[in-house]
Amino acid sequence: MQWILANAPLLWQRTLEHLSLALPAVVLALLISLPLGWLAARFKASRWLLVSGTGLLYAVPSLPLFVMLPAILGTGLRSPVNVVVALTLYGVALMVRSVSDALRAVDDTVLDAAEAQGMGGWRLALSVQLPLAVPALAAGWRVVAVSTVSLVTVSGVLGLPSLGLLFVDGFQRGITEEIVAGLVLTVVLAVALDQLIAWLGRALTPWARRAVAA
Amino acid sequence: MNLFVQAVTWLFDPANWGGPDGLGVRLAEHLGYSALVLAIAAVLGVPLGYLVGHTGRGRNLVVLLSGAARALPSLGLVTLLALWLGLGLPAPVIALVILALPPILAGAYAGVDAVPRPITDAAKAQGMSPGQVLLKVEAPLGLGLLMGGVRSATLQVVATVMLAAYVGAGGLGRPLFLGLKTQDYPMMLGASLVTIALALVLDVVLAGFQRWAGRGR
Repeated sequence: MQWILANAPLLWQRTLEHLSLALPAVVLALLISLPLGWLAARFKASRWLLVSGTGLLYAVPSLPLFVMLPAILGTGLRSPVNVVVALTLYGVALMVRSVSDALRAVDDTVLDAAEAQGMGGWRLALSVQLPLAVPALAAGWRVVAVSTVSLVTVSGVLGLPSLGLLFVDGFQRGITEEIVAGLVLTVVLAVALDQLIAWLGRALTPWARRAVAA
Repeated sequence: MNLFVQAVTWLFDPANWGGPDGLGVRLAEHLGYSALVLAIAAVLGVPLGYLVGHTGRGRNLVVLLSGAARALPSLGLVTLLALWLGLGLPAPVIALVILALPPILAGAYAGVDAVPRPITDAAKAQGMSPGQVLLKVEAPLGLGLLMGGVRSATLQVVATVMLAAYVGAGGLGRPLFLGLKTQDYPMMLGASLVTIALALVLDVVLAGFQRWAGRGR
């Protein structure tokens, strides 16, 4: 406990560094998955390709991917870009399937009704299908956020600063408190992000709450 | 791309595969640790999952555990246990069992839970005991979902065994961390490529097995 109090500024700094790697990846994963998931929901051939392709991508172990990406991207082994790209890839691998499932789960009769009122193409997809898919999208995005926050720590063994570095440093110097602090902060961060997205999902779908209240 | 050529050259050099520090031994260690961890997790997780699925008790706990496991950073668990138990195999094995348990538990539970009520009722009406219903009806029908859990546990374990080398055990993490320390990038990349290939092969094999186990459902 004493170590934690004495090193509070360090813990805060590591938390911010952690967020600077995790947040861009979580946001990018959503932005990339939305169009890809839409493609997968819309066309059968692309669904098979995207779902099995992203499934294989998710099977790639994280540490080897962190090591391999610099050879493809031309970045340094300890470049944050490297880690953000790797985490984004995992996020996309998880999320494309949930976007596709979420969009496909929207009631066909609702889409038919909108089409009958003259909506089509982009307007139908963006103003009817997407909002109705928000609860399922939020559920998928929460899983991405939690696993991304946890995966960031692996980059610590390469020397990148994040909460993962607390594990590396604590292990090398034999400071149990440092590792425990890292574990607790990682879980707290994951839960906080998870709850934030859950709240966002509810805030974006006020009609769902009204339906429950009625 | 030149870096890949160097890594592949390193991989195809027979000198790097033989001997007590060779890739052959490291690959065998990697598979051995993974098999050990999965066996322990299955022995603990499958009966427990079946029990939860069969009785319906502890359902929320299983769901909570599989969510919490996703948030738990594997590196933190491995280093913490290594600090307590010392360098070597016990710490990573225990950490990995903790990580592999929730998906196997959830798979076993979901498999039994997904069997429709009329089917278990019919089995009971034919005079089967609760144990027979579980072993002869629920377990075979839930095999596909159980294999799904085993598959995700396997992928997680094969990936995380890399960290065993960080706390003094063997496996394919050994050449990766050695390459990191000696700034030998081809060695790191070579070890990474072998691990990625191993994970992909296992995923494809287990996906096939999962489909086979879930046939007729």
